[in-house]
Amino acid sequence: MNFIALVRRDLRLALRQGTDAFVSLLFFVLVLVLVPLAIGPEPQLLARVAPGLIWIAALLSVLLSLERMFQSEYEDGSLDQLALSGIPFALIVAAKVTAQWLTTGLPLLLAGPILAAMLALPNDAQAVLLLSLLLGTPTLSLVGAIGAALVVGARRGGVLLALLVLPLYVPVLIFAAGAIDAAAAGLPARPHLLLLAGCLAVSLPLAPLAAAAALKDALR
Amino acid sequence: MNLHRFANPARFLRIARVVTPLAGWIAVATLLAGAVFGLVLSPPDYQQSETVRIMYVHVPSAWLALQSYIAMALAAAVALVWKHPLADLFVKAAAPVGAGFTLLCLITGSFWGRPTWGAWWVWDARLTSMLVLLFLYVGYMALAGAFDDEERGHRAGAVLVLTGIVDVPIVKFSVEWWNTLHQPTSVFRLGGPTIASEMLWPLGLMVVGFTAFFVWIVCVRLETELLHRKIRARLENTPA
Repeated sequence: MNFIALVRRDLRLALRQGTDAFVSLLFFVLVLVLVPLAIGPEPQLLARVAPGLIWIAALLSVLLSLERMFQSEYEDGSLDQLALSGIPFALIVAAKVTAQWLTTGLPLLLAGPILAAMLALPNDAQAVLLLSLLLGTPTLSLVGAIGAALVVGARRGGVLLALLVLPLYVPVLIFAAGAIDAAAAGLPARPHLLLLAGCLAVSLPLAPLAAAAALKDALR
Repeated sequence: MNLHRFANPARFLRIARVVTPLAGWIAVATLLAGAVFGLVLSPPDYQQSETVRIMYVHVPSAWLALQSYIAMALAAAVALVWKHPLADLFVKAAAPVGAGFTLLCLITGSFWGRPTWGAWWVWDARLTSMLVLLFLYVGYMALAGAFDDEERGHRAGAVLVLTGIVDVPIVKFSVEWWNTLHQPTSVFRLGGPTIASEMLWPLGLMVVGFTAFFVWIVCVRLETELLHRKIRARLENTPA
């Protein structure tokens, strides 16, 4: 019950502030719109680079929203109140991750296929793209939560966050882009997707615990 | 073993007074002997000819890059669980050294790759995971120094080091899991090493030398840090 209440609270905050939830999505769209302008509009070239670029854009747009995950609540003191509420810290983190994914990861699932079509990705690869986003973006939010919790209260937290989190995103990037590449080339994407699911299965229980440990230190 | 026996800085300084010079001299002796055997006395490879000598620096630095990360992760776990005061300092003292070894490994690998593979860099799993390891070291150092409260930097860094440990098995097994250009392991493998004994001996000497150097420099850094703290504590307690 606590979990659902926390998620609803975060979602309501995100919706009331309005812009916050859409900034990441807009960033994702803009980065991908720049691609044909930079490398030229030939469909074959675009189709070749689309899987990797869609995923790089997804990585960066998730990263963009991470800094706000705990920092603002740390500053206004509501994180202290949550800590005093007696709800397990890992559960609070899990709720925050869920809300963060719903506001930044889920929109990517809706925008991804449209932008992929604009980048001339073959239609056969669209389903795999959706699956890779569905399996990959929660891992990005989970692992990102560790980084976000670590830099709470740090100097120049935003730049530091990119330095900490991007190396940890490498496996997701490789398997996700690999899956779409394989599907576009007519090869089975299943092994890549299974590895991607494996990343999610590992980070789902462990990341909230690590982020909770880091957050506890920030509040001491 | 009771870890708290080693938590006392005074006891550490007593032990370090013996270990530091010992490790230092072992490092000097084995590195000199390894360099002479490796660079002069060992035969050139039948395929790679003289470029094989890069291996005598490349392999030990790769080994140390991984070992120091594993040691840092163990110390970070000890620091988080038992609040061991020296463990935090060890992680901080070892990080730049490990980063140096990782960089040395990547650079020597690049020098070797140019004549052998015909490229300074290839995006193969072993090289990429090693590059990620370098970013983990650098990320730790940036994070540990980003807080006004030093303790908070240590604890945040410890969590990061433990999270980054997932990269270590990827580095280690990358040559087996993927079809990499980097050759598979030839020293520590089932069925014995596949490397000629005239080359294995100098390599072993260099590995011992690099390890002793690591122990020496980390001990020196720890001693310096402890003395630094002593001075600061004394300055703070002196009435103005």
